[in-house]
Amino acid sequence: MTLTYREALNQALREEMRRDEKVFLIGEDVAYYQGAFKVSKGFLEEFGPRRVVDTPITELGFTGLAIGAAMAGLHPVVEMMTFNFAILAMDQIVNNAAKIRYMSGGQISVPIVIRGPGSAAHQLGAQHSQSLEASLEAWFCDVPGLMVVAPSSPRDAKGLLKTAIRESNPVIFIEAQLLYPTKGEVDEGEYLLPLGVADIKRAGTDVTLIAYSKMLSIALQAAEVLAKDGIQAEVVDPRTLRPLDLNTLAASVKKTGKAVIIEDGWPFAGLGAQIAESLYTRVFDYLDGPIVRVTARDVPMPYARNLEDAVIPDVKRVVAAVRTVLYKK
Amino acid sequence: MLLIRRFEERSAEMYALGKIGGFCHLYIGEEAVAVGAMDALRPDDYVFSSYRDHGHCLARGCDPKAVMAELFGRSTGLCKGKGGSMHLIDVERRFMGGYAIVGGHLPLAAGAAFAINYRNGNQIVLCFFGEGAVPTGACHETLNLAAMWGLPVLFLCENNRYCMGTPVERAVALYADVSKNAVAYGIEAGCVDGMDVLAVRDAVDKAVDQIRTNKRPFFLEASTYRFLGHSMADPSHGHYRTKSEVDEAKKRDPLLLLKTKLLDERGAAEADFTTLEQEVKKIVDEAVDFAETSPVPAMEALAEDVLT
Repeated sequence: MTLTYREALNQALREEMRRDEKVFLIGEDVAYYQGAFKVSKGFLEEFGPRRVVDTPITELGFTGLAIGAAMAGLHPVVEMMTFNFAILAMDQIVNNAAKIRYMSGGQISVPIVIRGPGSAAHQLGAQHSQSLEASLEAWFCDVPGLMVVAPSSPRDAKGLLKTAIRESNPVIFIEAQLLYPTKGEVDEGEYLLPLGVADIKRAGTDVTLIAYSKMLSIALQAAEVLAKDGIQAEVVDPRTLRPLDLNTLAASVKKTGKAVIIEDGWPFAGLGAQIAESLYTRVFDYLDGPIVRVTARDVPMPYARNLEDAVIPDVKRVVAAVRTVLYKK
Repeated sequence: MLLIRRFEERSAEMYALGKIGGFCHLYIGEEAVAVGAMDALRPDDYVFSSYRDHGHCLARGCDPKAVMAELFGRSTGLCKGKGGSMHLIDVERRFMGGYAIVGGHLPLAAGAAFAINYRNGNQIVLCFFGEGAVPTGACHETLNLAAMWGLPVLFLCENNRYCMGTPVERAVALYADVSKNAVAYGIEAGCVDGMDVLAVRDAVDKAVDQIRTNKRPFFLEASTYRFLGHSMADPSHGHYRTKSEVDEAKKRDPLLLLKTKLLDERGAAEADFTTLEQEVKKIVDEAVDFAETSPVPAMEALAEDVLT
């Protein structure tokens, strides 16, 4: 069955809300407006305002409230209109959601999913297009007690969101604004995909491309270009960023001996730096050369289209990076 | 109240001896608020507290042994030694914790209340916080949500007049009546003498009844005073208040006020208090012994409880 990324998320959430009365959706404009990106289309009609809860524009307040509801046994799904706004809720997410289980010596769990679009879109400027999860994914990934998921396809989006909702830990579920309308094959019926398991999106032997969320499609397009030159790139999608499936990543790099990491977050202290460090520790002896990162440029997102295009990694930059690690011109 | 007073005095000693580490915020002077308020609750109600949480925890009936062991950082502590003084949590008693980001636990309390309404329950949530939390965004966002959604929360503001070292007059615009902050959101509010345990009990009783019946939040300001420093790192008056101010406040020591009332009006005898002191001393002694003799957490515990 072919679904858009948006429809896949809608299905996942709908199925889980039908399955479990404890699951509810809360966020700005999720009910009557049906979500800023229409992920919750039809939810108010089916589940009513008790379980599809519109909030005022108060990310700190409603995220904290949802965490409290999770502590009291419900299973909230919080929609961030965009993840840029989650910065306002950072104290609640880091100091409360992530730490309560540990601080309480395991007495209290916080089963909550905080989801919404991260990732750069087009010409939204610096505060709405904080590129991917703008290194925001790196902020969340830094925190013990959180799980971080960033699906790249409709199939992954559906299977991973369903699993995230059944987790008993806080899950940061970062979607990509530009992926919402994209289509893909999705399994028939209900299915779950495990968190913490990477997926090889394209098999290859010459170089490993590691990419997630929106950057996955850039990596796949780059692999096509490279194939025309006889270079077989293996494209690995971690899907879950924390905990990271290092086994799968390391196995691929062991095989190819070369790795390029593609992320649309900022370069300094970005997630790719962590992935590279983890790989160096694990498979240094198998590498033919340094791991190369392709990242966003080290600037806030500019508005002008030409400047914006220069910030976000594209196929050309990925191909050039691969040529560098292969020592080809 | 006497248990909290003696427990806290002993905590101060243990802190001075290096048995208790970190920050340790004592509740001495404010006992009447916790004790009066907790008496009005049912076992299935929820309680949230701030970092000055020893008194609330003990008043809720948590085991003094487990509380002292937690302060000592022992595996037998309330949170297995992983929470510490500012994060006492006892789920069995629905004591949902002490939280140490000022204002940060108010949304959590609203969330527990949301869950109560979601399930059509009739419990309430009692949320303690200081007047220093009132100007935070977390407080205002929570008051707005609680008012709009009819959340069964008793916001109990313990106004001890100092936001750490900053007097309330320099921290809260509506300092003369802090509860007006809640009134602005359409929340019913009241004030009570936080040094008078019976007055607190009456006020909280009424507020809780009202919350259960009307399904509306209530904001109660309890005027109180902290006799010691903000934490053990801070001398009892410091540069921000005078010794004479502290001495003046101690004339209205909540334990003294209650004792006088019991002697004058309820026919208690001095001997009753001697007995009570002995009983309390035994409990505190046992708590310290228990903490002293409990093992520190095993190294295996370090990585446990991060995720389920």
